[in-house]
Amino acid sequence: MLGLGVDRLRADMNRLLALLFHQGVLDEQFLQLQQLQDESSPNFVSEVVNIYFHESEKLLRNLRGLLMDKEFSDYKKIGIHLNQFMGSSSSIGAKRVRNVCVAFRAASEQNNRAGWVFESIGAARA
Amino acid sequence: MLEPPTKITALVVDDDTINQMIHHRLLDNLGIRNQVVRNGKEAIDVHCSGKNFDLILMDMEMPVMNGIEATRKLRAMGIRSMIAGVSTNTRERENFMKAGLDDYQEKPLTTSKLVSILHKVHKDG
Repeated sequence: MLGLGVDRLRADMNRLLALLFHQGVLDEQFLQLQQLQDESSPNFVSEVVNIYFHESEKLLRNLRGLLMDKEFSDYKKIGIHLNQFMGSSSSIGAKRVRNVCVAFRAASEQNNRAGWVFESIGAARA
Repeated sequence: MLEPPTKITALVVDDDTINQMIHHRLLDNLGIRNQVVRNGKEAIDVHCSGKNFDLILMDMEMPVMNGIEATRKLRAMGIRSMIAGVSTNTRERENFMKAGLDDYQEKPLTTSKLVSILHKVHKDG
């Protein structure tokens, strides 16, 4: 009976994973992660994913803090956090999060350029 | 776990915990004894302590000392190990290679990318 429950859980998990792949939330790098799990490291995937969620929360808190600051102008700091978030998301196959980071980084670079242009014009006028 | 014909050793240099775990496990699965450090300065320190490695997997963007500076310093120290840059930052790739890399791979690192790096590792007899 317990065996049937495990089989059913496994089938549900595989259906969920297939959906996540289909929706573009995950990519093939997640499969690489699964292949690293074996009898010697049976909880590898859950350990990595839990650490990813924990680290992601910290990164998002930092990003939120930077962007909520009315005096904010340090786009380089945003870039550093985004690169880290992008790197770890790529490594576990979190494709959609990675793509959002790429777009966010491009947008923050645009804002940075706009800020630099304004500062340069202001300096030239002075 | 596969056992290599010779006992290759590796150093993982990366500030990100996820990448540290994945790269460590990738190397473990290939039977490669490896150590993990968090930034370029720790990579320098571990070499100054007398350790040497056949392969160094070097991340680029790290606090304290980044991968470009660490690679330059290791080469200046006379370290001739295979150093493979592993990064998501393709814009700095040329500078990273010029610092003294033997190879460069874009993250995420996979078994096949690691095997292609290992084919270039020369183990001194």
